[in-house]
Amino acid sequence: METMFGIAVDGVAYGMILFIISVGLSVTLGLMRVVNLAHGAFAMVGGYVASYAAQSVGLPYGVALVAAVALTVLATLPLERLLYRRIYGSANELAQVLLTIGLTFVIVAGINYLFGPTLKRIPLPELLTGTVELGPKAIPTHRAFVIGAGAATLLGLWWLLERTDFGIRLRAAVDDPAMAAALGIRTERLYLATFALGTGLAALGGVLGAELLPLEPYYAIRYIVLFLAVVAVGGAGSIFGSAAAALALGIVDTAGKYLIPNFGEFFFYAALILILFRWPHGFFKGRTA
Amino acid sequence: MTSVAERDGKAGRMTRPAPLGKRRDLDWIGIPLIAAVGLAVYWLLPDDLALLTRIAASALFVLSLDLVLGYGGIATLGQAAMFGTGAYAAGILAVNWINDPFAMLAVGGLAGGLLALVTGALILHARGLTLLMLTIAVGQIVQEVANKARDWTGGSDGLSGIDPAPVLGMFRFDMFGHTSYLFALAVLLVGLVVARRIVRSPFGLACRGVSEDPLRVSAIGGSPKSYLVVLYAVAGVFAGVAGALTAVTSGIVGLDSTGFSWSAEALVMLVLGGTGRLYGAVIGTAAFMGVHHILAANDPYHWMAFIGLFLIGIVLFLPGGIVSGVERLGGLRRGKEGGA
Repeated sequence: METMFGIAVDGVAYGMILFIISVGLSVTLGLMRVVNLAHGAFAMVGGYVASYAAQSVGLPYGVALVAAVALTVLATLPLERLLYRRIYGSANELAQVLLTIGLTFVIVAGINYLFGPTLKRIPLPELLTGTVELGPKAIPTHRAFVIGAGAATLLGLWWLLERTDFGIRLRAAVDDPAMAAALGIRTERLYLATFALGTGLAALGGVLGAELLPLEPYYAIRYIVLFLAVVAVGGAGSIFGSAAAALALGIVDTAGKYLIPNFGEFFFYAALILILFRWPHGFFKGRTA
Repeated sequence: MTSVAERDGKAGRMTRPAPLGKRRDLDWIGIPLIAAVGLAVYWLLPDDLALLTRIAASALFVLSLDLVLGYGGIATLGQAAMFGTGAYAAGILAVNWINDPFAMLAVGGLAGGLLALVTGALILHARGLTLLMLTIAVGQIVQEVANKARDWTGGSDGLSGIDPAPVLGMFRFDMFGHTSYLFALAVLLVGLVVARRIVRSPFGLACRGVSEDPLRVSAIGGSPKSYLVVLYAVAGVFAGVAGALTAVTSGIVGLDSTGFSWSAEALVMLVLGGTGRLYGAVIGTAAFMGVHHILAANDPYHWMAFIGLFLIGIVLFLPGGIVSGVERLGGLRRGKEGGA
């Protein structure tokens, strides 16, 4: 029972981190149809900025978090203009894979040059280090915080896409970019805003998840497969699909690690193949998939 | 705003094979030329034979990827699954039963081909991101199995103690790598000849048809998926032989031979050289590994920055790879050639 509870808490927290990072990828993939392998690199940049802000500049955790998200978005916006805009569209898969792998390599090398190859930490404030009592059980506060942040992200995104003007335009552009443009929606701006949203989510997840996905230069390459898996299972462009897929994969992976420690990855990828074999467009077929 | 269709047209170039007719007159030079260069470097760089051997074996692997991607249009990040399976099959054969190099190559090719046939039949109905993910997942599962089956594969320590018998009972694998290199070069050349024959056969042309317009192929009575599965299996044989060749010449098989990054690197090498041309695979591999040898000796991160910038440059400015750049410079492509 104790183990099951541990699996549930850790699995859900891990799943939430996967969700926050992957949903950014899912949104950009759904709208711009870009297989962005550099998404993990953006998450890593966010984590490193927060780590630098908290450790070397001495900013409090909350400020470091906001600064990391803002700086990552600012730093990557020129990339949208210069690089990504050229590879939008679903016929460009190979170009997308290559360009974004190249970008990932450059970012990995740059991070190593600036921060060195050692593991970086983002010190947690005291508020997040203890445990929260939940009836008879105790949950580490950081896990609870991560789960809360994930849930808030989910609700916020849902509200943004379903209830705001921006969301309406975005969904229109996802369904039919040419028609949306003809109706006067400025799709280029929309792309830019969506790209910023996706990168911001990546950075947020990179900072929040630094405890679970440790920050080092190869982060960008090591975890991108995980994020892509979530998007592939959840269906590109679907928020709830990403959430469900991230939680499911997070729990399967964690359970595999707890119960049969030597076969964790194996279960993850076996589950992935089974799901994709049965539902090639993702378990939760998104609007666009 | 630039229309999406316009961008799509531009990028379609990346996977499309070079037009057949115009270059046919020059085409026969390719393989003798590679043989000549291969022999020349054997005399010129006797101290780098280990590197040259690795280049030859890797070129065969990249060639297999070219069959899949360049002629079948299948974007994959899991080709190393077949390479690693071939390498392990050959290595296990040599350690436990028979250490004849040709038997090792045959078993490696068989293993790679079988894996590709089975997984290809399972996953090739998918497209785009889903297919990419499935190929990655297959690679990861093969790696995980290899990692767990320690008794057979040596797990994360790698499979060592592969000691191949002399080639044809005459040429021993010496410690300076002379036999290894010449053997690898010979296998690569045979691979090139066979691959060239395959892509020019009716089957190869049908595969090109599928990659360009699957709907049309099914309209004239072909089955796009079965063409692709067979092509995937054939490429799996090539990848398996390449893996076995690595096992024969290096005497060791590591876990990373099945990994995601090896697949991705192969893709980079292929695109560097140019897809859909066969020779592009050899040129790309030689360029990639040669520069890697020079740059990574100082600091692997320098290498990553270099190759990253290079990739971005290729996608933005030279979508056909080195070979197409040379072709353009040489004026072999007259006019626009209708978007190809």
